[in-house]
Amino acid sequence: MTGIVRPGFFGVAGTVSRLSLLKTLMVLSVATFLSACASQPADEAARGEVFDPYEGANRSVHKFNLGVDRFLFRPASKGYVKIVPDPMVTSFSTFAENISLPGQAIDYLLQGNPKQMGNALLRFVINMTVGGLGLSAPADELNLPPVDTDFGETLHVWGFGEGAYVELPFYGPSTTRDAVGVIVNLFSNPINFTPVRPADNLGVYAEVVRRMGDRGRFSDTVDSILYDSADSYAQARLIYLQNRRFELARDDEDSYLGLYDDPYADIGTDPVRDPFLDPYEDPYAE
Amino acid sequence: MPNNVLNRRQFVSTSFAGLAATLLPLPAFALTEAEATQLVNSVVADITRVIDSGKSENAMLRDFERIFVEYGDVPIMARYALGVEARSASNAQMRQFTKAFQGYISRKYGRRFREFIGGEVTVLNARKIKAGYEVRTSVKLRGSAPFEVTFLVSDKSGRGKFFNMFIEGVNLLLTERTEIGALLDARKGNLNQLIKDLDSIG
Repeated sequence: MTGIVRPGFFGVAGTVSRLSLLKTLMVLSVATFLSACASQPADEAARGEVFDPYEGANRSVHKFNLGVDRFLFRPASKGYVKIVPDPMVTSFSTFAENISLPGQAIDYLLQGNPKQMGNALLRFVINMTVGGLGLSAPADELNLPPVDTDFGETLHVWGFGEGAYVELPFYGPSTTRDAVGVIVNLFSNPINFTPVRPADNLGVYAEVVRRMGDRGRFSDTVDSILYDSADSYAQARLIYLQNRRFELARDDEDSYLGLYDDPYADIGTDPVRDPFLDPYEDPYAE
Repeated sequence: MPNNVLNRRQFVSTSFAGLAATLLPLPAFALTEAEATQLVNSVVADITRVIDSGKSENAMLRDFERIFVEYGDVPIMARYALGVEARSASNAQMRQFTKAFQGYISRKYGRRFREFIGGEVTVLNARKIKAGYEVRTSVKLRGSAPFEVTFLVSDKSGRGKFFNMFIEGVNLLLTERTEIGALLDARKGNLNQLIKDLDSIG
């Protein structure tokens, strides 16, 4: 766990040692919090199963969130994308992403990834200047690797497991580890502390607007998950966990490959285990 | 299967299979990476053609069902989605369920294809996995960042066919197994009722 922040990159050893102190403190407090939560047996975690010991409470929160969506978020979002012209919706979403970049740079620094930290800062500077105060993203044209991280990923890099599935009020699906990340990220963006900030909590408001844009634009797809499925809680849980694991494993492809399930493996082709079923018979044959 | 008689129905289906073999760029066996990639390209081309045809939604959904049957290993997908219930289902139930599942999937996802109008699919790479081949693609829709769609292809049905798909890591078959399980629970495990109802869901 030590030596992740490469000394010398910033030339200031003091910064690095202060950072490792900060990291140690954070690891300790997060570890205390997470160890107070229920933990999943190692073999189940290895098989990538869903760990949901708080299902009862989560389902109540899900019901609440569905109500918030139905009466507030969904109509507001649909109105937003209907009234505001499409290019402006894109610009506002881009702005939200741009002002999150300094916060993401900090997360990359904490993950010991100075290259991506530099990438995030470079994108920030370009998009805030050439990109007209962050309303567009000209840095996307530079073929830089994509920037997408958060404190939940930082905890993952530091070795924390996913923890239990939780559905957070207003926010939606998460895990105990990622919930810590969500809360830390509310405060970790340096933009929130600059003297020239145009508004307090700007990043949070921008993020809400960005989420409204997504909710409005992809409303049919989101509706089909939330309102057309037989168990929207289970669907949201499965989709979130799979997508999150995919994001975190992106740099480690083989571990992701291990999650492939072979539907041919446990059926049909073995006559001893499955004596009377042939999945390859013609479904239209009489 | 009796091998001494070539009855009329078999003759017809055999000649259709021969026709299909000449029309499709895929040989019957020994799937390769290049062929798996080719399969992705041709299914994307077929779907795009339907979207661009300007037909009514119902006509498009029928076309999507035809494409699904042509390119997808529907029986194995239906079995997987049904999960452990498939073991206790009768042959007739499996046939009916597979048919109902095929319509349900085509309608449910076919309606979503409208959002893919003008989208571009780029094949990134293909590689061998335990169950066949994995073809990774990048999909770029207007006004959004590219996302990753992975197709899994196998020739265990006798021909190269899709048996699963991942959208940004979300496993389509597993998602449908969860959904089918929930639908079955809501019917107290009554498979016949589910088969009946599935025709009006999705």
